[in-house]
Amino acid sequence: MTAVQPLSDTQDVGSTASGGGAVETHPVRRRRRRRLTGATFVPWLYLTPAFLIFLVFKYIPMAEGIRLSMFEVRPFLGDLFVGFANYAKIFDDDRFTAAIWHTLILAAGQTFGSMFLGFFLALLLEGHARSLWFVRSAVFLPVVAATAVIGEIWRLLYYPAPDGFVNTALSWIGLGPWEFIDSPDQSLVSVMAVGIWKHAPYDMVLIIAGLAGIDRQQYEAAAIDGASTWQRIRHVTLPALRPVVTILLTLASIRGLRVFTEVYVLTGGGPAGSTDVWMTRVFTTAFEQSELGIASAGSVMLFLITLALTLVVQLYRRSREVR
Amino acid sequence: MSVAGRCDTALGWNTSRDAWLSRGIRILLCAGALIFFTGPLLVIFSGAFDNNHDPTKLSVLPNSPSLINFVVAGQNKIWHYLTNSLVIAGGALLLQIAVSVFAAYALARKKFRGQAIVLLAILTTMMLPEEVIAIPLSLVIGDLPLVHVSLKGTLLGVILPLGAWGFSIFVMTEFMKEIPLELEEAAKVDGAGEMRVFLQIILPLCRPALGVIAVFGFNMIWEQYLLPLIVAADPSDYTLTVALLSLRSDDQVGPGIVLAGALLALVPSLLVYLSLQKSFLRGITTGAIKG
Repeated sequence: MTAVQPLSDTQDVGSTASGGGAVETHPVRRRRRRRLTGATFVPWLYLTPAFLIFLVFKYIPMAEGIRLSMFEVRPFLGDLFVGFANYAKIFDDDRFTAAIWHTLILAAGQTFGSMFLGFFLALLLEGHARSLWFVRSAVFLPVVAATAVIGEIWRLLYYPAPDGFVNTALSWIGLGPWEFIDSPDQSLVSVMAVGIWKHAPYDMVLIIAGLAGIDRQQYEAAAIDGASTWQRIRHVTLPALRPVVTILLTLASIRGLRVFTEVYVLTGGGPAGSTDVWMTRVFTTAFEQSELGIASAGSVMLFLITLALTLVVQLYRRSREVR
Repeated sequence: MSVAGRCDTALGWNTSRDAWLSRGIRILLCAGALIFFTGPLLVIFSGAFDNNHDPTKLSVLPNSPSLINFVVAGQNKIWHYLTNSLVIAGGALLLQIAVSVFAAYALARKKFRGQAIVLLAILTTMMLPEEVIAIPLSLVIGDLPLVHVSLKGTLLGVILPLGAWGFSIFVMTEFMKEIPLELEEAAKVDGAGEMRVFLQIILPLCRPALGVIAVFGFNMIWEQYLLPLIVAADPSDYTLTVALLSLRSDDQVGPGIVLAGALLALVPSLLVYLSLQKSFLRGITTGAIKG
């Protein structure tokens, strides 16, 4: 249903462009009457490249994905309509069920983990000094590096031997040695840690922007009232950061649900499926087992969940703004 | 003094010279953060230039500096992958910027019927995670609708889907809305045509926004993994980031080769970030709050 919408939008585009004379009645026109007849189709000309690309590479694949999700895809034999059987197969498949849990745990852990770490970084690095600006820029680098690069280096740093890089560092504080991504028990947490490491500085930037917007007089008032640092953070800073936190939660949870590259590069879903997430499962189903119908059903489900999540957060934000 | 001075930050860091304890703690914590977040990236640098076959001997400084890793990686076609990546990044970025600027010009400077629907249609593409359409997209790329051309195994197959991005269009639109209408009207009174107004009045004023969409666009394109993977017909079509996986498959060669590849994939993003850092940070704060 959701993909049919944009398709009908583009039909609307065509019909409005051809029957463009109707725009004449627009109130904003003012003195430029002579130009307007020519101007009615001009906006559509400017929009054409974007729409062609979106149509071919977004809307059509989306519609196609929904269609495929109800078919058993059989190359050369013709597709077979199976209704919702593909969806049923997903619910019955233990590997998909496990993947849901891994995805949710990973998304929640990364979202909150990077928000906490980002918050502490923001508290530490807030300020105008040039040295702080330098530290902020350097700390931000993991965000800029491509996920595949991050995955490769952490895979090596996580080397499971006692003299591996991270294990050596851990031994200094009396921990380890751990096997990290080689052990089914530690792999998910290890992947999560990499995600937190990569995304925390991004959260830091947004939280620092939020901190900068807090009225300094509130801090002074708190100081005059004799509030401790903790009380000041608890009652002045945190409430003021609420809008930023909502944005971060939305962005990070959507990013978390669709996670693919990190897992694919670090563990490929292993060992023993212990880090298999929704998208790696869909990928395997599509390109290794050639079950395009089931994989499409999985994709559609992910889309619906993301859409629902976005709408819930948006509604929540609206309701707060109204109050 | 102490009250006013300590109200600059949420945590009330004391920045005066005699508060040596507070300053000391902060410097230590900053050093810790620096090591934690840049250490792994430094290991990429040192490992790439280190003639070392032992993954337990990674460090932030090369033990035996050499260029051998790049030579071996070169035999594994790494320069070919890098070329793929750079061509895709250049082509897709130029296309993306042009497409966004045109679309934004219509959305910000024109009034027309159906504008709200257009905005909604673009918003839909942003709510649609790329991963979700990966599978049908691979079919569409293998057989384009109407023209029935296959882009499988071509760089164009990666470039075209990245050619339009809702985020860039919205950032550009928001910025163009701020440009006063009088400028445009004055130019039209002076007899400037549609194209002239667009190219000579609006576009030069958009330079800050162009910086934002350039750096974000580059990052988004360089980050692509699933798309080049599904477009590739065989491994020689891979981009550098995707090819890293094949470089490491040989355990005999040790970590140096894959780190040489990782370094080559890292440097362009670092260069773009460092040269357009202001645009990047501005884009994060405005983009997130608008989106």
